[in-house]
Amino acid sequence: MADKSQAFPTVDPTIIELLTITEEDNISTAFSRAASIKPCPIGADGACCKVCGMGPCRLVGKTTRGVCGATLGTVAARNLARMIAAGGSAHSDHGRDLAFTLIAVGKGEAKGYEVKDSAKLREVAGHMGIPAGGKTTGQLAVEVGEMALQQFGQQSGELVYVGRATTKRQETWRKLGIVPRGIDREIVEIMHRTHTGVDMDYENILDHAMRMALGDGWGGSMLATDISDILFGTPAPLQSMANLGVLKDDEVNIIVHGHEPTLSEMIVVASQDPEMVALAKAQGAKGINLAGICCTSNEVLMRHGIPPAGNYLSQEMAIVTGAVEAMVVDVQCIMQALVELSESYHTSVITTSHKAKIRGAVHIPFDEHDALISAKNIVRRAIENYPNRGKTLKIPSDTGQLVAGFSHEYLNYMLGGELRGSFRPLNDAIIQGRIRGAAGVVGCNNAQVTHDDATLNIIRELIANDVLVVVTGCAAHAAAKYGYLAPEMMENAGKGLKEVCEAVGIPPVVHLGSCVDNSRILTVLTQMSTEGGLGQDIDDLPAVGICPEWMSEKALSIGTYCVASGAYVLFGVGSPVEASEEVTQYISAGWESKVGGKLEFYKDWRDIVAKSLEHMDKKRAALKLAEYDAGRYGASGDWRMVELEKLPLEEKMSALYGLPVAAP
Amino acid sequence: MSKYIATRAIRGATGLVGEAERMLSQAIADKGPETPVQFPNTAYYLPTILGLTGREVSTLGDLVPLMERARSLLHPVPASQLWKPYLGETLDAGVGTLLAAETIEAVRFVNGEQPERWPGFEMGGGTDYPHLKDGHLNGPIDDIQLRSWGIQLVDGRMPGFAAIVGCAKSNEVAVELVRQLQQRNILIFLSGNVNGRSIIHQLQEEGVEMGYDTYIVPFGTDTISAIYALGFATRSALTFGGMKGGMPREIFLYNKFRVFAFVLALGEVDDLKYAAAAGAISYGFPVIADTVIPEIRPSGVTQYEHVISMPFDEIQAENDLERAKKMVQKAIEVRGVKIRVTEVPIPVPYGSAFEGEVVRKNDMRVEFGGKHTRAFEYLYMADSDQVEDGKVSIVGPTFADLPEQGAMDMGIVIKVAGRKMQTDFEPVLERQVHYFINGASGIQHIGQRDIAWIRISKAAADRGFNLEHFGKILIARFHADFGAIVDKVEVTIYTDPDKLKFWLEKARTAYDFRNRRLADLTDEAVTEFYSCTLCQSFAPNHVCVVTPQRLGLCGAYNWLDCKASFQINPTGPNQPINKGTTIDPVKGYWSGPIEFTRQASHGFVQDVSLYSIMENPMTACGCFECIVMLIPEANGVMVVSREDPSMTPAGMTFSTLAGMAGGGLQTPGVMGVGKYYLTSPKFISADGGFKRVVWMSSILKQTMADEFVQVLEREEAPGFLDQVADETICTDVDGLLTHMTEVGHPALEMDPMF
Repeated sequence: MADKSQAFPTVDPTIIELLTITEEDNISTAFSRAASIKPCPIGADGACCKVCGMGPCRLVGKTTRGVCGATLGTVAARNLARMIAAGGSAHSDHGRDLAFTLIAVGKGEAKGYEVKDSAKLREVAGHMGIPAGGKTTGQLAVEVGEMALQQFGQQSGELVYVGRATTKRQETWRKLGIVPRGIDREIVEIMHRTHTGVDMDYENILDHAMRMALGDGWGGSMLATDISDILFGTPAPLQSMANLGVLKDDEVNIIVHGHEPTLSEMIVVASQDPEMVALAKAQGAKGINLAGICCTSNEVLMRHGIPPAGNYLSQEMAIVTGAVEAMVVDVQCIMQALVELSESYHTSVITTSHKAKIRGAVHIPFDEHDALISAKNIVRRAIENYPNRGKTLKIPSDTGQLVAGFSHEYLNYMLGGELRGSFRPLNDAIIQGRIRGAAGVVGCNNAQVTHDDATLNIIRELIANDVLVVVTGCAAHAAAKYGYLAPEMMENAGKGLKEVCEAVGIPPVVHLGSCVDNSRILTVLTQMSTEGGLGQDIDDLPAVGICPEWMSEKALSIGTYCVASGAYVLFGVGSPVEASEEVTQYISAGWESKVGGKLEFYKDWRDIVAKSLEHMDKKRAALKLAEYDAGRYGASGDWRMVELEKLPLEEKMSALYGLPVAAP
Repeated sequence: MSKYIATRAIRGATGLVGEAERMLSQAIADKGPETPVQFPNTAYYLPTILGLTGREVSTLGDLVPLMERARSLLHPVPASQLWKPYLGETLDAGVGTLLAAETIEAVRFVNGEQPERWPGFEMGGGTDYPHLKDGHLNGPIDDIQLRSWGIQLVDGRMPGFAAIVGCAKSNEVAVELVRQLQQRNILIFLSGNVNGRSIIHQLQEEGVEMGYDTYIVPFGTDTISAIYALGFATRSALTFGGMKGGMPREIFLYNKFRVFAFVLALGEVDDLKYAAAAGAISYGFPVIADTVIPEIRPSGVTQYEHVISMPFDEIQAENDLERAKKMVQKAIEVRGVKIRVTEVPIPVPYGSAFEGEVVRKNDMRVEFGGKHTRAFEYLYMADSDQVEDGKVSIVGPTFADLPEQGAMDMGIVIKVAGRKMQTDFEPVLERQVHYFINGASGIQHIGQRDIAWIRISKAAADRGFNLEHFGKILIARFHADFGAIVDKVEVTIYTDPDKLKFWLEKARTAYDFRNRRLADLTDEAVTEFYSCTLCQSFAPNHVCVVTPQRLGLCGAYNWLDCKASFQINPTGPNQPINKGTTIDPVKGYWSGPIEFTRQASHGFVQDVSLYSIMENPMTACGCFECIVMLIPEANGVMVVSREDPSMTPAGMTFSTLAGMAGGGLQTPGVMGVGKYYLTSPKFISADGGFKRVVWMSSILKQTMADEFVQVLEREEAPGFLDQVADETICTDVDGLLTHMTEVGHPALEMDPMF
């Protein structure tokens, strides 16, 4: 694993500030635990096989086979496939719950929820081949929800969203036999194949892992995104700010943490309820301040502008501020340590999902049929906890300003308006070389590497090299905290990219949402391919996917479905299949020869940047596009007008026809 | 966009929508919601509103929901810090501006404030407003003019339009800008002002003739009147592109890819101009300013740069005239228009825009032909070694010694050679002399063969134009336009009386021979017809089948023209169609034309008859000279000329009918045709031929009188034309039937048409 050369395990000033307190008080955090827990080198590299009772077999040194004879390739492939399956399960199960909610809403059985974007409902029905004519929104919601559920349990045929890929991509998948039949079926089959004594051909195992991951990207995740948009609204740009500085010292601070929007949407409503606000005031607070962590945060940021307090590794730090009355969690990426940590403070850690309980936490089961009541109970509990706050709060002051809320629908709109939306201007910018290429920088935090460091360095370097960056998940929060999501950041972009940012009004780093919203990236890439001028498919595009600080198994599932969709995907931290040369080769060159995308791991972010740029230039050359030239563009923009406006009125009038100022 | 432009455009849009709302409610309060609203001579209601929203506005009340729509397109101006994206929002504001602007102009028409009054303003061709006698600007371009420019727009001779908004830096610059555009055959639309002064004032002060004839259309002196340019663009898509109202995306993209237009913003740009520019950008029209404004160079909504600032004094050039020239060049480059400018080495400006110029007697230096003298032109092919390419000889005296406004005889004899040249192409090329010579500014050419009539203006003569330049023009243009069939061109100008007489006799022998050749050239006598898909750039599914006895509906391409065109460009729009098997010689069904049309219309037309209006008639693009339409009650057809704005017995004017006849749609009973087809023995011969004509625009009766004499001889019906009604006799079916009965029109006795 990557070593940590920096003085601090993070570059986030708010965490650096709070770590001095936890160190002084000898409070355990992920940072301190990571310092003492070294990853098991055999497991980390994928060389440990524990799928049966004869082991675990450690395939190191002279041991090249397990007791059953399994080779290192088989073992590494099985381990990777199981991680991908676990990740895909998480996303897809999230999608499934949303489908249940949609049906309940359609039937009028989920009080407080409604279909907020009926146009999207109709569009999704179209993708699913469901005739929408003459149906009420409720009827259609039920039909779309049922079709979504059917996708999970489908046993044969193809997932319906496969039709949203380019024709060429669909053909590639069919030729390889990796079109997912049903979301759940492919996951089950991974568990079966990787059971002892079943599939012992690493290529066969890994190709099936692609099939399963496609069921996540073009199935569970895409459904999750679509249904969230239908129920809670398709995001459009809004302003907010990020980092622990968003906590308020005189308001009840509630943090929503985890991944699902269903509960948090209601908490947003409950926290603005006059009754609740009055209650907060009665307890001496000035109001209720909602903030988020992880992807629940992204969901409520994208749709309501609720500020993120930080990403994965900020979750304990939020409690350390002493200002959080309640941390409400749903599923995924929640640290068990929160409960023990909260005992040193006044924070209530409230679990809400029957799937995700933590011993010692308060559990308030969330029921979407009576969501507002559940949400109010939770908010009330937080308010009632306000008087228990300690006297000294340690809220750091740093925040980053941001613009978030980019859905692929909005991207389409923003590039042409209501009547002429398209991806043409984006494609043109890439074709001309104003934009060298596009990169999705996504994923997690990992306490074994310096927090936010690789993510920020990569983003900074990419935009300086005219690469348009889209972000999701915890990487998006990293970008947000340091101002990368503010439009003013275009000043730090290369000249060509800056010109495009100024023309459209976007930051050089565009926030697309939570980690299930990586499916939006698939849609965007597909739209770019079909818009024309950049080849026929995703693997023709000068684009990469980067996960600099991966940690969760979901990241591997995302990486794999992006590869299977044609993208070059680069991970930081280190490789979970390091031990097997053949698997390492296969997921790179092997997959590339089959699907055009490849998965590679680089510990040093500089390698990721270099490889990414090299790949984009290679794809540009293959498309016969103009060779990228950093100095070619950048002349246009407001700068000249700004110079003119500075002149006194009389001079201004004569300078209209000519202004002796050189381009910056 | 840029944040600066976004801010100002959204502000401008918000202001204009507010103004439109106020003006509309005032007008409704004053005049009532049922008050009719319309632009002159158009079938497209308020065209921009129709195109972008699908609403057919015909009363003030109809405009109310439009204002709601316009308001829904307004968004907040971008914040100074942490701004949200603004490109889509600004383009929306631009569209809102267009809806508001057209609403305002419509209200102004109701109030009698449009077109703009301008006592004493004279136009060379323009929309006619019978109630305005003392001078006015043009207001919107009417459908008649749009269609008459149609063929030039679709075949690329007229590449597009320049919407000039504002006021040039000086009168001299204003004139040079329009001259540069005219030389490239680009239509020029004028509107807007800077501090009350408009380019229209500038051009008028400099004596530049404005009007349809010179391709310069003065819309109005405010920015709002620039909406007429977009109404023109919208109607291009509706007229030629087969689009319907309410298809904004298709209309925008049609314009982006097919209508080569741009905006020249002259002088300081205010909020409203930015807002209107945002509307133009949605059509794919870039904006080029002569002042300092922010630039938007990344492309996408437009094909190349969106906004270019060319501060006039910063343009590197010798003087202002050169700067104006460079500005026009840049604008053309930014729009991506491919304009092939033929360098014609003469001392006056040259371009199709000057074709319509009239040289009045008082402005004339000399004339050839006309009342007192004779002029002729004769082109013939010769062996290559007998033609000295590029040579111009003058045989006889020049006009130098002639008094002002004098007249003399002249013969222009053109000798051409080329490996692909054929005698059949001689008349095709000779007919071009008219267009080629007319392209010179200050020269007027009328007629052809031995009835040519040419005038040279004093201004042109003062600039050094002399007889030799006729030769220079012809040599340059024949090489440029017909280079594929003409290798060598030599011109001799005869003024010497003896030589002239000799050549005139030779020419007349040739004319006579050609006439007989044409008479022999029947549909039966040839094995191949020709396709014409020239218009497919505009009307993607229309195909003309051109036969010796049925010329193209635009009137510009007959069978010989197509044959020559195929020689010039073997992969071009005119392809030979082998007739194939004869299926029905009466209705005009051959397997070749049917197969070709089916494929070239992309399956839209399955069958086509060449001689029937009732059964699978040929489709039309939109640039037809006349519409022939069945009048069921009269058992005959009426023929309406493009130039006839009056009501017809079908209950519709030409403009409205044109919507049914154009766009590549096959409508039995309606057909767009070239006017010379009326004289053909094959004119709806399957349905009874010329005697089916029961009503005809009087302008056709007058202008085609000589040709019809022969038709009547052929039909053995000497008094027939008097039996045909016209708009001076009746404009409704009852009147028509009464007239027919009174005069005993033969159609009443003919077999039923269907």
